[in-house]
Amino acid sequence: MPNTETYNDQVVRLFLLAAAVWGVVGMGIGVFVAAQLAWPALNFDTSWLTFSRLRPNHTFGVIFAFGGSALMGTCYYVVQRTGHTRLALPRLATATFWGWQLVCVLAMATMPFGITQSKEYAEPEWFIDILVAAVWVSFGVVFFATLARRRIKHIYVANWYYGAFIIAVALLHIVNNIVVPVSLTKSYPVYSGTVDAMVQWWYGHNAVAFFLTAGFLGMMYYFVPRQAQQPLWSYRFSIVNFWALISVYMWAGSHHLMYTALPDWVQSVGMAFSVLLLMPSWGSAANGLFTFNGAWKRVANDPAAKFMVLALVFYAASTTEGSTMAVKTVNSLSHYTDWTVAHVHSGAIGWVAMITIGSLYAMAPRALGRPAMHSKRGMELHFWLHTAGLILYVASMWTAGVTEGLMWRATDATGALVYPFIDSLIAIKPFYFIRFLGGLLIVGGMIVMAWNLWHTAADARARLIKPIPVPIPEPEPLQVPAPVPARA
Amino acid sequence: MAGGYKYFEAIEKHAGKLGILTAIMVSIGGLAEITPLFVEAHAITATEGVKPYDPLRLAGKDIYVREGCYLCHTQMIRSLRAETQRYGHYSVSSESVYDRPHQWGSKRTGPDLARVGGKYSDEWQRLHLMDPRAVVAASNMPGYPWLANEQIDSDDIVARMRVLERLGDPYTAADFAAAPAALEGKTAMDALVAYLQGLGVPAAATEPVPTETAP
Repeated sequence: MPNTETYNDQVVRLFLLAAAVWGVVGMGIGVFVAAQLAWPALNFDTSWLTFSRLRPNHTFGVIFAFGGSALMGTCYYVVQRTGHTRLALPRLATATFWGWQLVCVLAMATMPFGITQSKEYAEPEWFIDILVAAVWVSFGVVFFATLARRRIKHIYVANWYYGAFIIAVALLHIVNNIVVPVSLTKSYPVYSGTVDAMVQWWYGHNAVAFFLTAGFLGMMYYFVPRQAQQPLWSYRFSIVNFWALISVYMWAGSHHLMYTALPDWVQSVGMAFSVLLLMPSWGSAANGLFTFNGAWKRVANDPAAKFMVLALVFYAASTTEGSTMAVKTVNSLSHYTDWTVAHVHSGAIGWVAMITIGSLYAMAPRALGRPAMHSKRGMELHFWLHTAGLILYVASMWTAGVTEGLMWRATDATGALVYPFIDSLIAIKPFYFIRFLGGLLIVGGMIVMAWNLWHTAADARARLIKPIPVPIPEPEPLQVPAPVPARA
Repeated sequence: MAGGYKYFEAIEKHAGKLGILTAIMVSIGGLAEITPLFVEAHAITATEGVKPYDPLRLAGKDIYVREGCYLCHTQMIRSLRAETQRYGHYSVSSESVYDRPHQWGSKRTGPDLARVGGKYSDEWQRLHLMDPRAVVAASNMPGYPWLANEQIDSDDIVARMRVLERLGDPYTAADFAAAPAALEGKTAMDALVAYLQGLGVPAAATEPVPTETAP
């Protein structure tokens, strides 16, 4: 029987374009707000250009617009490839693209004008939240309907992570955003004070867990073996890590509230689970890195793989840092300082952005009907710009954070505080400048990627490419896992 | 081991089972930590004598929230010696029961504000908000001069108080009646300064100030 089913890569290409654009926009705003911390005159006394109004645009733009577009695009790509099936409900899938872009544009256009819930990482007001929920449920429906029509019986591990990402983010988003509207532009959360703080950081921490970790691990589990051109190091290990990761992460949110008015037992439980989190975090990182065993020579010549390897190294490093910072003693120094900012960005620029960029470079030629990216030198340049920017950023903010922490607690022989607060700001100003430079390099890299993708998409833009047929598999033989070979 | 894997295949080959088990596993942690707090929180609200924000301070709090002050200022003095030395008694849960959303914050680019009320004069606060570097030369805080030109809409604030009342904040009929007069001719700047000057200051003089106990 002739095979006529093809992969739906149209929606994947749309998300790819959106990710490239939002990456430049979100990180560009990041550089601007970083510059405002170094040179406050850059606020221009204009409300919607002011740091406190714009910072949510940076975080939303990078996490939900750039990261979200990349996650949804790769998710649609991966679920089709690993299931040997065309995407279910194509119209709904396209609607999730336009819906998500509408969410991003609405959020970015309202927040600087003070239309905000002011809940960190959940700033958009209630009417945008409802749209987010509708798009997200549709995304879940498309994903699970596609899984339901898969031809490969085994659900590949990447899909578990994408599935957990979809389910958990829906849960987090809805619970954290229960509000009573006063008007179209103002609402009050049903939670207040301590409960609001706990709900907020349960959300905030698990947005990191399920948006910024589980989703991107889904990307990792598909594109790392693909780029290494060999199977995952241990499939069984990935099962253990999956269940450990999704169940342990949800307990750890209270480590954002150490020594606060949150009841002590919740703080201690959060700390204990945060330390436990090291296991599945390192497990996933090791599984990815060991997948390159025997293929390291290829990595040297493949910028996409380089991004992936460094992403996994930073994943291991920033989760180690995170678990350390969740220990109360360390947290008493690090909390409220720029060390937190350094940690977030070693995760965001190191792990999340690099696994995304690596995966986009791996996926783009295949989705755009080309043998390779337009410019390999462009990819190399992007890798070095990104890496240099990352190191400048993380090193400067880490130093700034430890400086602040030490100055805030310094006492003299009589037990009196040594430094007024403003001294700690004066001490770290040079580091704000270095951070700005690092950000510039990173945005420069993102512009190089956008340029590279634009040229790689030349055939797609001219509508010259043909859809890729689904390899309808042979009747499936009984699959029995091969016995583990005996050790020599 | 092979036997165990057989059981796992039942999950791995069924999207529905996988989805449901995932949903269960991700729900446990949140339920375990949030439910007790939620139950406890209702007990705190009932016994506490802290009064909800008066109309002007409520308007000010919402401007604080709208402008995103929480991105650089915390309102949470931790129970650590260097913190209580610098900012005063550590923050307690009952002090933020009327904060929707909470303003504990996560980053101190500027100092903590939980007990900033009365620390500076109204005039200092106003000058500082207009142009921070006019009073603190090394500050990197942006100015908020537009607040001085923005009138507070008393209908809007009363509507907000109604919603808060529905959420359980004990506003009385007298509070609603007095709101328009209290907001007459006030700017966003007046409201924000009133809010800042009330931070950490007990609402009623009869209310006991939390006293530091030996750890």
